[in-house]
Amino acid sequence: MNFLQYLTRRIFFATPLILGITVMSFLIANLIPADPIIANLPPNALNDEDTIAAFRKKWGLDKPLHEQYLTYLGNLLQGDMGTSIKTRKPIADDISRRLPATIELATLGIILGIGIGVGLGLVSAIWKDTWADYVARVIALIGVSFPVFLTALIFLNVFYVQLGIAEGPGRLDIIMRPPPTVTGMYTVDSLLAGNLKTFRSALAHLVLPATTLALYISGIISRITRSSLLEVLNQDYMRTARAKGLRERYVIGLHGLRNSLIPVVTVIGLSYANLLVGSILIEIIFAYPGIGFYMFRASTSQDFPAIMGVSLLFAFIYVGVNFVVDILYFFLDPRIRVS
Amino acid sequence: MSSTSSTSSSTRAFASPNFRQRAFYHLGRNPLVALGIVIAILWLAVALLAPAIAPVDPLKQDLANRLQAPGALFVMGSDELGRDIFSRVLWGSRITIPAGLAVILIGSSFGVVIGAIAGYMGGLVDETLMRVTELFMAFPFIILAMAVTAALGPDTRNAVLALSAVWWPRYARIVRGLVLEVKAQEYVEAAHSAGASAAYILFRTILPNCIAPAVILATLDIGTAINSFAALSFVGLGPEPSSPEWGRMVSIGIDFFDQWWMWLFPGLGMASLVMAFNFIGDGLRDILDPRLRGE
Repeated sequence: MNFLQYLTRRIFFATPLILGITVMSFLIANLIPADPIIANLPPNALNDEDTIAAFRKKWGLDKPLHEQYLTYLGNLLQGDMGTSIKTRKPIADDISRRLPATIELATLGIILGIGIGVGLGLVSAIWKDTWADYVARVIALIGVSFPVFLTALIFLNVFYVQLGIAEGPGRLDIIMRPPPTVTGMYTVDSLLAGNLKTFRSALAHLVLPATTLALYISGIISRITRSSLLEVLNQDYMRTARAKGLRERYVIGLHGLRNSLIPVVTVIGLSYANLLVGSILIEIIFAYPGIGFYMFRASTSQDFPAIMGVSLLFAFIYVGVNFVVDILYFFLDPRIRVS
Repeated sequence: MSSTSSTSSSTRAFASPNFRQRAFYHLGRNPLVALGIVIAILWLAVALLAPAIAPVDPLKQDLANRLQAPGALFVMGSDELGRDIFSRVLWGSRITIPAGLAVILIGSSFGVVIGAIAGYMGGLVDETLMRVTELFMAFPFIILAMAVTAALGPDTRNAVLALSAVWWPRYARIVRGLVLEVKAQEYVEAAHSAGASAAYILFRTILPNCIAPAVILATLDIGTAINSFAALSFVGLGPEPSSPEWGRMVSIGIDFFDQWWMWLFPGLGMASLVMAFNFIGDGLRDILDPRLRGE
């Protein structure tokens, strides 16, 4: 199977899933709240006949359910996810303004998390049943067990308040102006603008939240790395590699780690949900103005349309992440190419 | 696929005669499991006895002594309304433990039934149920739970219902795979020829032989369920604000960041409980998955 065939197949499988997601979020939004008008309009608009009539017309609320869905899908395809009750702005605009911040945080979190997780897993597997293994496993267990909001608060208190060696809440120093918007990611934009001072500040503000996120997801990654590597270490080709006189670090690095990567990649795709919960809770604590913080504001102010908009976005991202994971398989696992 | 094969090996592990001996051997070698069991039992005892052992009523306000640091008057300090944090942390277990267990119980039972029906009926029923399962898995469960709780209106019962509603898909998948395997066994055929009804065969003959892996998954899941419930509560989609629920206490504590006792102690209460269940779960995994032992 060549890459193009593989890609077409994956897209073919993803399409019904995406449609299904829109059906489901439509059903949650329309069947569960007692009255979609009360749930979706600000309280003071409820006495205004014109606003209500306009809302009914836009979402086709006087039509049967399947036509309502088509209206909803039509609006969605035009990028219209409704209007937030709290910010009074189109949800799609709200989201696109905040998404880059979250992407920035999550990306750094994943990179650090993979580093820590694979590292701990390697230590555990190579020195199995020694004290190093136990220490690494306990760290991983604590990482998955500790409520992420508690880790965030402790980090903030110790490293920012007590020791003063890390930056605190927000994305930049208060006195600094954000770099001109290109991607919306401050680290990237400041580099593009050639402003190193802003870049340093943006990066420094990411360190604590990204580390918190990384610890939270590294537990799962290290567990999978350990078990997957232990399995690979027993394979015949590992003995062959040693027998032909390869140095241990090449044996582990080239033959071992590479072959144990597939389950690790899968789990990174699956730990996306954790990453998301993590980033919501972390953004709240670090007053970091991303999607998680937006979701928090929406859920505490009963901003139902905003909550549904973010849910839909996250479901789409999930499909996207797993799509990328599938593509990675193609490059990591030669067996897919011949099957 | 891979999950099915690993679960079927764990079914076999259960069937082997010396399973119990091996279990005790491995548990004995893993002090963390013992630690986890002790802490979990302690918390269960606290949850049962909280009304008797908590120094004061968790809702009792003492405005003259608000925001007191831990000391002689309040072991773990007092909050913004002068309530005793220690009593509130103890009482918190009475909300969190039942909520977490309820999510697991409702979610896994539902998943088991769906998976069993899908696997047993096959064909169109199987296809439809599995597509729906996949759909539920596409939504990150916490987000879906947030949406459902927001739609139902935030309180403890709705948070539990919402989490249960998103908790079942993995159970459905695992049980379906196992039912497909067990369905082909001779004793099932024997039940058929003896004239047993479909429901009898499914629930009395097949299901008891598939249930062990679901039970194990449930044990591994308790910590996650507790964490997820606290997360919902933390973002304001759980019990009402005054209730002594850990996630809620931490989220209120953020506004009083310098009064660290307000967020640290409820957070540590939760961390210790989740860690206990995860230590136990990790030990279980070791026993059941020989690959992890490198044998």
